[in-house]
Amino acid sequence: MSDETTEDRGPVTTLATPIRLDFDFTPGIAQSKFLRGLERGKFMGQRCPTCGKVYVPSRGSCPTDGVPTTEDVELANVGTVTTYCVVNVPFAGQSIEIPYICAQVLLDGANLSFMGLIQEIPTDQIRMGMRVEAVWVEPDELTPSLASVRYFRPNGEPDADYETYKEYL
Amino acid sequence: MAERCAVIGVGQTHHKSKREDVSIAGLVREAAKMALEDADLTWADIDAVVIGKAPDMFEGNMMPELYLAPALGAVGKPMFRVHTAGSVGGSTALVAAHLVKSGIHKRVLTVAYEKQSDSDAMWALSVPQPFAAPLLAGAGGYFAPHIRAYMRRSGAPEYIGRMVAVKDRKNAMRNPYAHLHLADIDMKMVEDSMMLWDPLRYLEACPSSDGAAAMVLSSEDAVSGHYPPAWIHGTAMRSEPTMFAGRDQINPQAGRDCSADVYAQAGITNPREQFDVAEVYVPFSWYEPMWLENLGFCELGDGWKLTESGATAFDGDIPWNASGGVLSSNPIGASGMLRFLEVAMQVRGQAGEHQVDGAKLALGQAYGGGSQFFSMWVVGSDKP
Amino acid sequence: MSAADATGRTPRPVSIASFAQSQNVRRDDEHNEVEMLMPVIAEVFGNIGITKDDVDFICSGSSDYLIGGPFSFVMALDAVGVWPPRSESHVEMDGAWALYEAWVLLQEGEIDAALVYSFGRSSLGDLNEILTLQLDPYYVAPLWPDTVSLAALQARALIDSGKATEADFAAIAARSRKDALANPKAQVANDLPVERLLEDDYVVSPLRRHALPPITDGAAAIVLAAGDKARQWADKPVWITGFDHRMETHSLGARDLTSSPSTKKAADVAGLADGPIDVAEIHAPYAHQEIIIKAALGLDDKVAINPSGGPLAANPIMSAGLIRIGEAAARISSGQAKRAVAHATSGPCLQQNLVCVLEGE
Ligand SMILES: [Zn+2]
Repeated sequence: MSDETTEDRGPVTTLATPIRLDFDFTPGIAQSKFLRGLERGKFMGQRCPTCGKVYVPSRGSCPTDGVPTTEDVELANVGTVTTYCVVNVPFAGQSIEIPYICAQVLLDGANLSFMGLIQEIPTDQIRMGMRVEAVWVEPDELTPSLASVRYFRPNGEPDADYETYKEYL
Repeated sequence: MAERCAVIGVGQTHHKSKREDVSIAGLVREAAKMALEDADLTWADIDAVVIGKAPDMFEGNMMPELYLAPALGAVGKPMFRVHTAGSVGGSTALVAAHLVKSGIHKRVLTVAYEKQSDSDAMWALSVPQPFAAPLLAGAGGYFAPHIRAYMRRSGAPEYIGRMVAVKDRKNAMRNPYAHLHLADIDMKMVEDSMMLWDPLRYLEACPSSDGAAAMVLSSEDAVSGHYPPAWIHGTAMRSEPTMFAGRDQINPQAGRDCSADVYAQAGITNPREQFDVAEVYVPFSWYEPMWLENLGFCELGDGWKLTESGATAFDGDIPWNASGGVLSSNPIGASGMLRFLEVAMQVRGQAGEHQVDGAKLALGQAYGGGSQFFSMWVVGSDKP
Repeated sequence: MSAADATGRTPRPVSIASFAQSQNVRRDDEHNEVEMLMPVIAEVFGNIGITKDDVDFICSGSSDYLIGGPFSFVMALDAVGVWPPRSESHVEMDGAWALYEAWVLLQEGEIDAALVYSFGRSSLGDLNEILTLQLDPYYVAPLWPDTVSLAALQARALIDSGKATEADFAAIAARSRKDALANPKAQVANDLPVERLLEDDYVVSPLRRHALPPITDGAAAIVLAAGDKARQWADKPVWITGFDHRMETHSLGARDLTSSPSTKKAADVAGLADGPIDVAEIHAPYAHQEIIIKAALGLDDKVAINPSGGPLAANPIMSAGLIRIGEAAARISSGQAKRAVAHATSGPCLQQNLVCVLEGE
């Protein structure tokens, strides 16, 4: 037996407790329509019957009116970068090489932007107002998930005027 | 009908990236004991405990009030757990204040904490969700695009963010409890720091801290303690949806409505003139000019000019975050409560080296979620 | 009408103006949280012909660990539509505590109505493992004791103390699920004799299958009203006349698991003993826990316990306590009871307990 006492070894400062929990998520009715759209290579949104705004993806309700969004709306494959940042920080579970552009994309016909990855452009050339299009995976690789959209890329149209998207910032 | 309520004790831990010397219970108890001593009370004098923190996943401990009850002397008492995202430290204090204002309790202990080093907060914020793109990279990734939008909308020069980063870290040198003590901080040092979420650099973002904050709130007939009480002149909370068509994320309506409510209660018509000091939740440098506008300290679009003029510096006419703010210490769940606590310290005259001379009336603000949850209070050295 | 509480204060009368709950199911894999809540909130307003604009405060209860992601309550707000911005708060607790927070605000007299809601999806992960994370993270959780085993420890202590038998547990389960036949929202309802239940296998001895709550997805909502609104929204309001909650220590070894001093204390503060009780809705997820709570509340055998079927018939975690308050109020509204008590619990082996006393006119 060692002569060393517990005091000699100092306090225990760390205790690792691995925790693993698995969850089965439920997208819901409205989001399922969005995911089924992705499976067909299309962005599907929904319109609020009260205020007429188009949400993509819809979570099933209009966030301001609290009523179910009911009317399905197919949206364009192109949109406008309203704002963006360049991510240069590594984090656990990250699947994209840094630095990358993380942008808010307002699809034509939608009233809310959503977050998308921008590629095929150097990170220092991205601009607010840039027009972009979705690049999809091959038709036989389409699934009901966001993995069906590889990324967005500039589509060559002139930049959108600030006035046209400033209310979506 | 509401009773008067005052802060009669405050306590906080030394905030650090890792508090390996204490357990979670030890951390919250450190702040709570200090608040009790400041109020000249013992555990037995407390009627109820209100605790707040950000997501349970930050420490891997579900509904931690259950485990923390004995460490906070809550056995046999009502104990309450609040969670309103980043604003939680503020809203936790407000729930405690309502317990006193309603006349239900005489003395309430309120505590907020985060022990970020016990888990991976970045992971907890970016838990892969099956229906969202895995792009976010923590809170900075969420807020950076809105900062860019503010710069565009206001025409602010890019060095404004760096000025805030330097100012708050200089203030932190006066605060022994602050996490970051960067003695050599200057504009160049910020500019040379790594670009994390362009346009946000490393030194323009808050640190990740372990820490806790605690306050004892009391009714008028139960006031005690070593310093005069900080009287609560107004309290307000507001929430708006995370995402909706036409949402202004730079100047959220919920923030404007919340301040209008709390100002009306406290008789504030000109915040820049009437307040002596403010502690405002600024986790990324650019949120100072944005919140200056949102809180009505200046006209829309002029927030950056106020920062640039030095008005919000320690020796300015309306010091913001004299403690060093969230940019210098960020135990997430406690960060909002620290804002509320620091203004109480200021009007009680107990802020030591970062005491703003003659501070009598002050604003504490916290926000959370996607700039959608707001909580605020106004405290003063005079009774309301 | 109501007694002064511990601080000598007479509480402001606040009424349960409306109550709604979702269908309680084993697993709702069709709807997300927003879709689950929207019809409940529409119903709780619709019952009394009001809209979100008629309430001054909103408070909700839910748990991130049940939903499997941080900030689960944030998106749930979209089921209400908090625009223009609202005064709103959230507790990481059962909705019964959200109701308590709203009641506290109403006590100040500056607002007159509040919406309270809660939701829980116990089906998304392994509930037994998830609830382990409620335990002391240094000394207990790393051993991964599961929640059923902890309840079984408590049941064993109860039997060994001579306060109950396994047949008592079976009788409670049989009564609860038989009563649930009259509750269209219940998940588990049947009419089985005690002798048949005692043939069930043990899940963890001494708890047989029937003594455990079902795993339930569900949501619930209540509108609270005070002042003129309470009268406008109901001909005969159901009033909250006493309300309190208390905590016990966390260490199971330091507690007498066969009693519930926190429930007793909360009942005393809430003035439960000030008059006779007709109905009790008790949030005892495990059959044996009803015996402990009933004793702590000092209820005699004339009191109808869990006429809704209680948590043995549907146990949507985070909502099950709020539902007890709604169900107790419903018995008064329907004229079946004059005075009722509702109870909610949180934590392993009934660590934290809430008591709400309700009265009709
Ligand atoms: Zn709408």
